[in-house]
Amino acid sequence: MDFRSPAEATYWLVEGRALFLFLYFLGTACFAWIVAKRLAPLWRAQPDPRFDRPLARLMNVARYWFGQWRHPRYPVSGALHILLFTGFLILALRAFALLIYGIDAKFIMPGGPMYGVVRDYAATVVFFVVVIAAIRRLVFPPARFGKDRPADAVFLLALIGVLMAADAFFEGARAAAQNEPVTFLSLSWMAKSTLLHVSASWHRNFYLGAYLVHGLTFFFLLCYRPFGIQFHVETSLFGIYFAKLDREQLKPVRWGVADAHIDQVKSFGVKTLEDFTWKHLLDFYSCADCGRCSDQCPSNAVGRPLSPRQFTIKSRDYCFQHYPITGQTGNGKPLIGAIYSEDEIWSCTTCGACEAECPLLVEYIDKIVDLRRGMVDGGRVPQAMQKPLKALESRGNPFGKMQKKRADWAQGTAPVLNGNGTRTGTLYFVDSITSYDERIQSIGRATAKVLARAGVEFGILGPAERDSGHDVRRFGEEMLFLALRDYNTEAIRASGVNRIVTADPHAYNTLKHDYRDVPPVEHISQAIARDVRAGKLRLQPLADSTATYTYHDPCYLGRHNQVFDDPREVLDAIPGLKRVEMSRCRDRSFCCGGGGLALFYEPKEEERMGVKRVRMAADAGASVIVTACPFCMVNIEDAIKVAGMEGKMSAIDLAELVEKQTKGD
Amino acid sequence: MDILVCARRVPDTSENEIALNSAGDDIEREDLVYSVNEPDNYAVEEALQIVQRIGGEVTVVTVGGEDDEEILRREMAMGVQHGVLISDETFMDADGKGIARILEAFVKKGHYDLILTGVQAEDGAAQVGGMLAAMLDYPFASLVNSIEVLDGGKLRIGREIEGGSREINEIDLPCVLSIQTGINEPRYVGMRGIRQVASVPIPTLGATQLAVVPEAPKVKRIDYFVPPAGKGAAMLSGNREEMAAKLVEMLKAKGGLN
Amino acid sequence: MPRIFVYVPPSGGVVDDTPAELLAAARQIAGPEACVTAVVTGWGAELDAACEQLCAYFGEIWKIAQETLVYPNAELVRQALAAVLPRGCILLVPHNHFGVDLSPGLSIKMDAAFVSDVLEIEGLEGDWLKLVRQEFGGQVSTHVRCDVSAGAVLNVRPGAFQPLDAPPVSGQVHDVAVGPLAARRRYLSTIAAEAGDVDITKYKILVSIGRGIQDPDNIAIAQELAEVLGGAVSCSRPVVDARWLDKSRQVGSSGKTVKPKVYLACGISGSFQHLSGIKGNPFLVAINKNPKAPIFRVADAGIVDDLLEFLPELTNQVREERGVPAK
Repeated sequence: MDFRSPAEATYWLVEGRALFLFLYFLGTACFAWIVAKRLAPLWRAQPDPRFDRPLARLMNVARYWFGQWRHPRYPVSGALHILLFTGFLILALRAFALLIYGIDAKFIMPGGPMYGVVRDYAATVVFFVVVIAAIRRLVFPPARFGKDRPADAVFLLALIGVLMAADAFFEGARAAAQNEPVTFLSLSWMAKSTLLHVSASWHRNFYLGAYLVHGLTFFFLLCYRPFGIQFHVETSLFGIYFAKLDREQLKPVRWGVADAHIDQVKSFGVKTLEDFTWKHLLDFYSCADCGRCSDQCPSNAVGRPLSPRQFTIKSRDYCFQHYPITGQTGNGKPLIGAIYSEDEIWSCTTCGACEAECPLLVEYIDKIVDLRRGMVDGGRVPQAMQKPLKALESRGNPFGKMQKKRADWAQGTAPVLNGNGTRTGTLYFVDSITSYDERIQSIGRATAKVLARAGVEFGILGPAERDSGHDVRRFGEEMLFLALRDYNTEAIRASGVNRIVTADPHAYNTLKHDYRDVPPVEHISQAIARDVRAGKLRLQPLADSTATYTYHDPCYLGRHNQVFDDPREVLDAIPGLKRVEMSRCRDRSFCCGGGGLALFYEPKEEERMGVKRVRMAADAGASVIVTACPFCMVNIEDAIKVAGMEGKMSAIDLAELVEKQTKGD
Repeated sequence: MDILVCARRVPDTSENEIALNSAGDDIEREDLVYSVNEPDNYAVEEALQIVQRIGGEVTVVTVGGEDDEEILRREMAMGVQHGVLISDETFMDADGKGIARILEAFVKKGHYDLILTGVQAEDGAAQVGGMLAAMLDYPFASLVNSIEVLDGGKLRIGREIEGGSREINEIDLPCVLSIQTGINEPRYVGMRGIRQVASVPIPTLGATQLAVVPEAPKVKRIDYFVPPAGKGAAMLSGNREEMAAKLVEMLKAKGGLN
Repeated sequence: MPRIFVYVPPSGGVVDDTPAELLAAARQIAGPEACVTAVVTGWGAELDAACEQLCAYFGEIWKIAQETLVYPNAELVRQALAAVLPRGCILLVPHNHFGVDLSPGLSIKMDAAFVSDVLEIEGLEGDWLKLVRQEFGGQVSTHVRCDVSAGAVLNVRPGAFQPLDAPPVSGQVHDVAVGPLAARRRYLSTIAAEAGDVDITKYKILVSIGRGIQDPDNIAIAQELAEVLGGAVSCSRPVVDARWLDKSRQVGSSGKTVKPKVYLACGISGSFQHLSGIKGNPFLVAINKNPKAPIFRVADAGIVDDLLEFLPELTNQVREERGVPAK
């Protein structure tokens, strides 16, 4: 019996080598054609500078691609995928070697016996992983998988299984016929054991047949992957390499156009598919439909029309439809109305939970902001938000209150800087909600008192301050944001301070990342933590230590800026304070409902985000929620009322708590 | 269809901040924020939607001074094709009828199928539209909250009447309509839109071009005042619990609790 | 002294204070003895009934009957009045959806002065009539003087002039003919406001919310109070414009007219359009964060507080008072 290379065998009158050469050529050509077609929209899309800092990008690849860093956040799926991925890496060599064997009879399988054993076990693991995954997908799907599309997923899993089995039977057939050893309990071993019971004449058929099946399956998979979620096998490496390095920098209106020249841009934002950047389109291809983003998305959780995963899959399908493998490429039709609804895009609070979760580093916030820019450019802003935007333009705050009353909240606790400072001192940037909302004004006063007690020389801009513009930008009104930013930047620089502190994480985020040429900024929790450590602030024991406290991480302090520990340190430094953690905390914190313009938007939802959050606190056994953001405070206190939990739950701001627990003068 | 919208720049009153100035002869205008009169903005949006459907152009006109140009630009940023400022020293003290005369002269210089105004402005007079129609001898309808263009130079309009009902009328063109808020959802116009029309020239017409000499106003405002508190409410005092308790007592006395 | 006329729009058979208010306003100009003529238009039995009613108030009634006037079309009425009214007279019209439609144009056709939404008439001094109006949504009042030498049309705010305690008169009805009226605006139909789930006109206690409710989710706070008081939630126009409540809940000139015993105006500034929907002089309580809100001038009791905080407190206390357990 002849068990040399299949290259020398004859398949239905055709020599093996010729057959496989033809197959490989056809398969590769098909694949190249398909990939070229898939790349077509990327050439037409907007620029996106992702070719800098190769070392940093390679570090990302090492961490997120090789290291599968995000996967263990969902332990079961994570484990399955890590095994699958590792298997793939190990088997990659094998797959190519096997293909070459079909056209070069003298090719020796590389790696030697050591690799052979590793490879055999890898293939076995992969096989069983796909079986488990398929069963899970069909019989016990987790909620986040959604109700549709199991057929495609199972089909692909089945193909991988076939690939493994084909290879196993290839080895097993030869081993059975020639009585060779195979790795114990591996897939090949099982194949060999099965084939021992088959008549010897069939061994060669299995040998050659399995080889052909392997080749066909390999190339079928190769060409089929770009039609669905499995394309991530190819695109993930590029997607992660080109992932955004400066996560907190919002995409400008157009890369390559400076803010000062923004008037030159004819059309703002994303209106048609080609208005996205090439990296955004690549993101659409890279989505593996795992659903982790939507699982974490607070908008999705409360029944708003937004689901990040559906957003990406819809966009991908639109790409496929309008840039098909064969046929006409689509013209630029507006996306809003075609695949996205206005409400869907306005529903996002930009909390970032989706981006923190995605194993493929798919970006969302830039896309949502760009779509909003497109809507604003076209005048399609919900009536409920037009009033605050107008008020921001004419009065510098979304509430429509008078500019000259902006510092009235202080009541003597915070002096107004007079604009001839000498590069010393601290600016307390208050921002609009703390200046004008009666309830939140007490957070302002508490912050001012705490700063004074810590011996900080500080002042506020007073009526010269305008809204920081953080959410104006994220709701797509770029020009208004730039106007606010320019105004504030001038006022800040004129004040002569060398440091900014704020109790508003939205102001903190924008001053840190969106503003240029302003002194360094920190959040009050960071300042307090440092002062507590240095002994400048002494925290008194709680008068009533029966309450249980929990800390709610504000999205723009925690997840977006990685400040998790300072506020906790402060709380733990208060003697007698009992603190518990909610199960969703730190970078898995659940958004309170959003700030800035999100407060004015009237979404269609089943429940408020704040209500869900307050129930999470109750589930954790807490009776007091501590937060460090004025918008969180508004949403949580509202939610306590709406949920009917008054008397059982209360909320306090970190600065208010510290003010209570430090001695005044 | 060529539509003319008569608009006005008014102070923003939603924050209840209109107060008398220290001299007591006018309202305090120093910190006022001005914008286009809200019903006028709805009228412009309606006009834009009509010409988007059936073709034509929209012109917005205002009677005032340099400061009033900004509302013309805002409406042009919304999509209005032409903005016109009517300004003259002799127009400065015009009352409602005087403004209607000025607009009459302007309308007669052009050709408009439909003239829209907002239902009322900050003085609550609600008069310019009706007066203009009578001067031009055009039919008029006020409080319009729906417009449908019919064939043959007619419109089917809805008017908002007492009780929230809607009176449906048919009206011949050319006509004058005063538009009520809520007729549509005006599009947003931001700073970018306004920047884009910042250098579009806005023609200014004066008394000589319009050949109108304003009559002496028959209606004169003498002063502004805030009526003495007098018969106002009995204000309850105390903290929240105390005020609520007092109110409960009052409700009991008035038969509200049985 | 110019002749004083009042125009009483057809009320669809509803008996209200309009004739009495117009008469009271006319008396402010003309004095208690002068003859005030009422003018009415219409057709058929309804017009006859209206004339009969008016006979109790006015010494002279001019009845303009024509089939085209069966529905009060301001375009036609304007032509009729311009034809029959003598030059130089003063005409008083109610300031409502009809008066706004009729009067500005009529003043031009009569070549007379026009003043809108008059609150008070201080008196006539020679050719000058001294009046009081409001501007800026009622935030300030103004003294106005109007030259009536060539006549005037005055739109009078409904409810601003209290009906006089005068003995009824027996008026004479005169038929006045007008020629054919050109109808370039034609009445087609009236679409009645949709009946909502709750008929606020049937409730004795109304908890009424305005812009101050801030968020549709907060309406529940008002609803709880309404329930515990056995009343209903009603609202002002901005709440309906924002689509937070159905139009059937709106109190005001373009909404419903209510006659409750108790009316709690929460977060409502007190524009006249809203107040004109409240009749029967109920116990009016105003709850508003802004101590300068115009509503405090007309309320019986006033509370300066955030309604979102005050209403739950009030709800609790009412519950205690009634012995109803909290939910």
